Amino acid sequence: MKIRSQVSMVFHLDKCIGCHTCSLACKNIWTDRQGAEYMWWNNVETKPGVGFPTLWEDQEKYNGGWELKNAGKEPRLNLKLQNRLQALGNLFSNPSMPTMSEYYEPWTYKYEDLINSPLGDDQPIARAISRIDGKPIDIETGPNWDDDLGGSNIYAVNDPLLKNMSEEEKRRLFSIEQLFYFYVPRICNHCLNAACVAACPSGAIYKRAEDGIVLVNQDKCRGWRMCVSGCPYKKTYYNWSTGKSEKCILCYPRLETGQAPACFHSCVGRIRYLGVLLYDADQVETAVEVPDEQLVQRQREMILDPFDPQVIAAAEESGIPAGVIEAAQQSPVYRYVKEWELALPLHPEFRTLPMLFYVPPLLPVISSTQESGAQRTESDLFSSLESARVPVRFMSHMLSAGNDAPVIKAYQRMIAVRLYKRAETVGDVSNEEAAAALTKAGMSAGDAEAIYRLTSLPTHQQRFVIPPSSRESAIEQVQDPQQHKAETGFGRRQAPHRGL
Amino acid sequence: MLETILFIVFPYLAVILGVVGIIYRYRTDQFSLTSLSSQFLETDLQFWGSTLWHYGIIPTLLIHLGGFTLPRVMAALHSTPETLYLAELAGKVMGIMALVGAAALLYRRLSSSRIRAITTPMDWIVLVLLFTQVFLGMTIAFSYRWGATWFIHTVTPWVGSLSVFQPQTKYVTALPWIPKLHFLNGFLLFALVPYSRLVHIINFPLTYLWRRYQLVIWARRKAS
Repeated sequence: MKIRSQVSMVFHLDKCIGCHTCSLACKNIWTDRQGAEYMWWNNVETKPGVGFPTLWEDQEKYNGGWELKNAGKEPRLNLKLQNRLQALGNLFSNPSMPTMSEYYEPWTYKYEDLINSPLGDDQPIARAISRIDGKPIDIETGPNWDDDLGGSNIYAVNDPLLKNMSEEEKRRLFSIEQLFYFYVPRICNHCLNAACVAACPSGAIYKRAEDGIVLVNQDKCRGWRMCVSGCPYKKTYYNWSTGKSEKCILCYPRLETGQAPACFHSCVGRIRYLGVLLYDADQVETAVEVPDEQLVQRQREMILDPFDPQVIAAAEESGIPAGVIEAAQQSPVYRYVKEWELALPLHPEFRTLPMLFYVPPLLPVISSTQESGAQRTESDLFSSLESARVPVRFMSHMLSAGNDAPVIKAYQRMIAVRLYKRAETVGDVSNEEAAAALTKAGMSAGDAEAIYRLTSLPTHQQRFVIPPSSRESAIEQVQDPQQHKAETGFGRRQAPHRGL
Repeated sequence: MLETILFIVFPYLAVILGVVGIIYRYRTDQFSLTSLSSQFLETDLQFWGSTLWHYGIIPTLLIHLGGFTLPRVMAALHSTPETLYLAELAGKVMGIMALVGAAALLYRRLSSSRIRAITTPMDWIVLVLLFTQVFLGMTIAFSYRWGATWFIHTVTPWVGSLSVFQPQTKYVTALPWIPKLHFLNGFLLFALVPYSRLVHIINFPLTYLWRRYQLVIWARRKAS
């Protein structure tokens, strides 16, 4: 058994208020440079919606991720993008590459016009100009252009997830009483079977063995942009100025100095959790060679119990420091993903084994079962989960490759926790009802209490259990993280510039 | 005197500038080793221009290289009229592909304001020189036909004499000025490789064909 550690993440979608503070924290630190203005290493999307870049989930359009052939016997996993020979043939023009129109043209305003305009009858205005060629542009799209437009007949109806639903289900989803939307914050998933790593012809993208962060070596990147096409989440971006690809670095200069990544640290709703998971690296290949409906389960299986003496022994043998094993035991991610089975990977059917997990939002499910706008917390919420079939299916196509069971299980537990706390603190739910809910969800009162505490009242240290980085293996630890801003996170002394 | 400068001094100078420059740039500035793709900003013309250009020019360059290094093999390959016709036809098709591609790329750089915004003077120099080079090559192909055979008796011995440091200009001095210009422009382009975006030609990622898909790197340990 070859055990590795992975810094993993959980986003609790019920707590996300869609304020975009995370996006701005990231932007201010890493991507406020020429060529990177359009990049959002962290972005927050409204679902149902088209996302950023437009329709990124539609792999018939972008050809990202992996494709499983012969699922039954002799499974073969290929990049959906191209085979190795095709990769060499496509070097000169990448056929599946999103262009600027799928993101947006970055712009600024001509502020000097406000001051330099000659005296006249009209108020001077600052016109929008392109940050590429400096010409005036009409802004037609931008980041989060579909923000909060969950019922929009321009954006939301084009959500790629809806193509899995029947006309009747779509009609129900978009009827005015049933409208819902929720937010999905996204960063790089730091996948175990990353498609960007596999697609890179020059081998510039790699996974750091110590913590599993996926990085682009800026000196080895040759700007072929196959990672942009290969990543099904479209979380690698091409810097049009330097001619190199860039992506979320999980703020590794901060992690190495014991700080949470900027988007985690700044999260207003405190939806984000970060911790170490130990996993069996030998299972990476087999875990993705199973039919869609088993993907979530297989991914959970390869995540190992950090309290198991056998696992601890094997981890020590694989060279994982004691401090990291200890961090894995305290990891909130382990509890959400494996112990409680509340958190699910985003689009596991892309078969990249993403290591960012989402707790599905309860709100759209509950609101879709309400007759009026009034909040109702009686125990029939439980049976109502079945009547909320449409939003549940929407979630399962997003978080468990169309398999409803793991999503329903997570919801049952979340509802049971609510009933349990309701019985305890408000008293309009009887203890028997709460106990029945807990039994049906398969957990004890202790579990419910623990879920409640980690969900509602976690401290900073409980949310972010950052593994200690060993001084002998951490290269950047001794440097000031602020210094990395000038180095744009790539450890370079000179500011990156366009080549000759 | 002029012949010595043009056909001995200049080629040596160009090769030294090119080789030393490539080594220096590879060792000191890996970050700049990229083709600086602008497909992100404009993709339609880029597809036609870049694809036609590269699929035309790479085989053409390899065949030129074959003419220098394996003249006997090349001569044997078009020893019969049929194969000579075929070689001539293939060369012209690839040349026209490259020419059309280069023209499309020139037009693209002129017409798109986004592309113009990220174009450097050296981009223009390189693109114009490349277009000129292919244009001269096609002029030779159409007006001085059967280059596949006379190449081996003129250019090959001249380049061979340069490569063994016993330079002889007599093989090429009698040629018309268009082929001469083609040779000189070729050496000029070679000299420009490390000082322009042409440096990307050293990047061809052949190892991708057999490398492992997933790369895991330890800071202090060998990859496992």
